[in-house]
Amino acid sequence: MRVDEKTLAEDIVRMSGTNVKKCMKCGKCSATCPSFEDMDVHPHSFVTMAEEGDVAGLLKSKSLWKCLSCFACVERCPRGVEPAHLIEAVRFFALSPQGLNKMKPDVVPIFLQNLEEKGAEVPQQLLTSAFRKYSK
Amino acid sequence: MQRIGVFVCWCGSNIAATVDVDAVAQAVKTEPGVAFSTNYQYMCSEGGQAIIRNAIAEHKLTGIVVCACSPRMHEATFRKTAATAGLNPYMVEIANIREQCSWIHKDREKATVKAIILSRAAVAKLNLDSPLTAGETPVTKRALVIGGGIAGIQTALDIADAGYEVDIVEKTPTIGGKMAMLDKTFPTLDCSACILTPKMVDAAAHEKITLYTYSEVEKVSGFVGNFTVDIRKRARSVDADRCTGCGDCMEKCPSKKSKSEFNQGLSNRSAIYIPFAQAIPNVPVIDREACIKFQTGKCGVCQKICSAKAVDYEQQDEIMTRRYGAIVAATGFKTINLGRFEEFQYAQSPDVITSLEFERLCNAAGPTKGKVMRLSNHETPKTVVFVQCVGSRSTVECGKTYCSKICCMYTAKHAMLLKEKYPETEVYVFYIDVRTPGKGFDEFYRRAAEEYGVRYVKGMVGKVAEENGRLRVQASDLIADKQLVIEADMVVLAAAIEPDPSARNLATLLTASMDTNDFFTEAHPKLRPVESPTAGVYLSGVCQGPKDIPDTVSQAGAAAAKVIGLLAKDKLVGNPCVAGCNEPLCNGCSACELVCPYGAITYEEKTVMDHGVREQRRVASVNEALCQGCGACTVTCPSGAMDLKGFTNLQIMAEVDAICR
Ligand SMILES: Cc1cc2nc3c(=O)[nH]c(=O)nc-3n(C[C@H](O)[C@H](O)[C@H](O)COP(=O)(O)OP(=O)(O)OC[C@H]3O[C@@H](n4cnc5c(N)ncnc54)[C@H](O)[C@@H]3O)c2cc1C
Ligand code: SF4
Ligand code: SF4
Ligand code: SF4
Ligand code: SF4
Repeated sequence: MRVDEKTLAEDIVRMSGTNVKKCMKCGKCSATCPSFEDMDVHPHSFVTMAEEGDVAGLLKSKSLWKCLSCFACVERCPRGVEPAHLIEAVRFFALSPQGLNKMKPDVVPIFLQNLEEKGAEVPQQLLTSAFRKYSK
Repeated sequence: MQRIGVFVCWCGSNIAATVDVDAVAQAVKTEPGVAFSTNYQYMCSEGGQAIIRNAIAEHKLTGIVVCACSPRMHEATFRKTAATAGLNPYMVEIANIREQCSWIHKDREKATVKAIILSRAAVAKLNLDSPLTAGETPVTKRALVIGGGIAGIQTALDIADAGYEVDIVEKTPTIGGKMAMLDKTFPTLDCSACILTPKMVDAAAHEKITLYTYSEVEKVSGFVGNFTVDIRKRARSVDADRCTGCGDCMEKCPSKKSKSEFNQGLSNRSAIYIPFAQAIPNVPVIDREACIKFQTGKCGVCQKICSAKAVDYEQQDEIMTRRYGAIVAATGFKTINLGRFEEFQYAQSPDVITSLEFERLCNAAGPTKGKVMRLSNHETPKTVVFVQCVGSRSTVECGKTYCSKICCMYTAKHAMLLKEKYPETEVYVFYIDVRTPGKGFDEFYRRAAEEYGVRYVKGMVGKVAEENGRLRVQASDLIADKQLVIEADMVVLAAAIEPDPSARNLATLLTASMDTNDFFTEAHPKLRPVESPTAGVYLSGVCQGPKDIPDTVSQAGAAAAKVIGLLAKDKLVGNPCVAGCNEPLCNGCSACELVCPYGAITYEEKTVMDHGVREQRRVASVNEALCQGCGACTVTCPSGAMDLKGFTNLQIMAEVDAICR
């Protein structure tokens, strides 16, 4: 792993406000996740990959666009790790141009277009959640 | 003028690496009163103590200052050393240059200066020390055990077998605790009642043991060796001396809709009841909330039916005051409330049960006569899912941060018992880790997996939902990286355990400390595991931390040994550093009486000389046997009349002056 990738991973984790070290690998997040079957990397592995600094893996995972931001994992995690917030942070990093840290309504069409070009579907909740979190 | 010896310890490199011990010894030489000073590698070693003893003789010292570790470590050691050399043991001061200096500083120069200052303060204090003599108090040779589970029973039996009187106070109508509710016990699978009831009978029959069931501790005063305790004996509404235990009253009682506490609410009981067949004492109690006579004035059936004339609706609570030398807390635990874990549907589905409820279902004397059945339709379950760590190891609000320690083992037990009874059942156990340290424990768990075919899956259950009369269990299989969906008939939750809720109030009564989870804290986690930091208060069983029966019984015996050690003494040497009233200064304002946490202060009418005038006045007087030397009164007294021996106001000021010099 390159050094800048490690710092990047740390930045993303910090931005998400989660503490990945608290994860005890119980799998309750993955047990509760309604999108599990559509995902390649499952919520608990997302946490482990972030802990290991594997940003590249996270960025290219299908799961990034499959997480519904339903927050079931956030609600159920016994250690308060909040895996969905981590996924959102990675997703946000994937979407936002450098330096942008708020999601504004006028950029949505551009996102959608970009994503369609990549062949990704965007769940509704994802957008709602991105607004909720980043457009204040 | 004192002749003071100063002994600076290196504590190997603990102190010497950060503090220039020689410089300290040299610097204090010029302090007033100092006749001798030296330094040595280990002052507490026999060699170090010999240096002190020789110096006391050779330099005719009147007091010593040891600059070393915390007084909690070795003050007692050095007091003994001084005493063997003929000094009063209270002519010893400790300058703590380890915990309060070398361990917390890095800069050698600054640490050395600080060590010199601390040593100087101790010398200043010693200059004002005077010899003190400790008083003695007799020991009341009787112990109180609070809680009558296996912990309390075992502690009481061990103390009683050593020849001392013991009282057990149990808040429910019977002794036995949780162990009485269990079916079989790991790791040997012997029947819980078969090994517990003989002990309950022994405790009841022992000539040295008195049981107070349906009773609670209400007030505690006094101190180690001499506690005075008020016990509230709640009214049973049945005269225990007359009752023959025939049970006719229970049979005829028309109020039969109360949930049986013993069966975890899985069956009903009458308003007048005995919790279970082997309960001790075998005397019913009337639950006044459920009793028709108490609620409406009508009924009275039990009194009419009772041929022994034992039912007594007029019976009142009784407060008894007893004296004890030692008190043992053995208040045990309860399982946590699972109402807030909505994902498991515990509150919604009758087929989702706790492990303790499962124990009752397995038990031949339980609500289903030992048939494991779905409570929704009374059918034998074909697929059963056990979930471990429910609410344990959790940092979220409704959970507990600790491991409950017993659930991995009892879940393996439950899985095996189920397979034994119904070999066709499909049994899953979801675990985060399987924790089975203990003699024969891991073998026990492996037997469940290997011989009984219990399917252990690493992962948590995320969701349970009722669907078409069954339970849809959605869970992780982390090793296969799969999400499993199991159609189950029953889900058993290994709920976290927590201390009995009454323990907190009890801790306040006993001035015993608790941790953030309300488990009683021990005086030292490794070296004094069965003593509370409060002298004379001991800990037994789960009230100190989660443990299984083998651990509980070992700890119960250990607590008993400590109690016996205390009760075997005829007298306890007190602490001479007690408060005293300078009567001419006291104006009898009562401020000190109000702050004293030990009730040590009373007032007397006395003749005092005030500036040559003879006066009759109300002045404070300290009961030295009760005073614990906390010093609260000395800082409260507005006229400066109260002073603490060994820590007088003058001495404290001298220390401050020496530090600020
Ligand atoms: C489902 C389950 C299965 C288990 N299976 C096993 C097993 O197979 N093998 C094994 O070794 N262990 C097993 N255990 C553990 C075992 O139950 C405990 O180790 C044991 O009961 C602890 O005993 P105790 O006396 O400390 O506590 P308790 O049994 O809780 O007894 C405490 C007693 O104190 C009383 N009390 C509480 N507060 C007060 C108060 N303020 N005043 C007066 N009295 C009070 C209570 O009423 C109770 O009678 C199991 C536990 C559970 C939950
Ligand atoms: S639920 Fe929480 S602790 Fe458990 S694996 Fe997921 S993130 Fe880790
Ligand atoms: S008086 Fe109360 S306890 Fe007695 S039979 Fe009636 S309801 Fe039952
Ligand atoms: S003993 Fe086992 S089931 Fe119980 S909390 Fe600890 S790890 Fe979980
Ligand atoms: S020092 Fe004073 S307040 Fe403290 S126990 Fe003694 S008499 Fe009571």
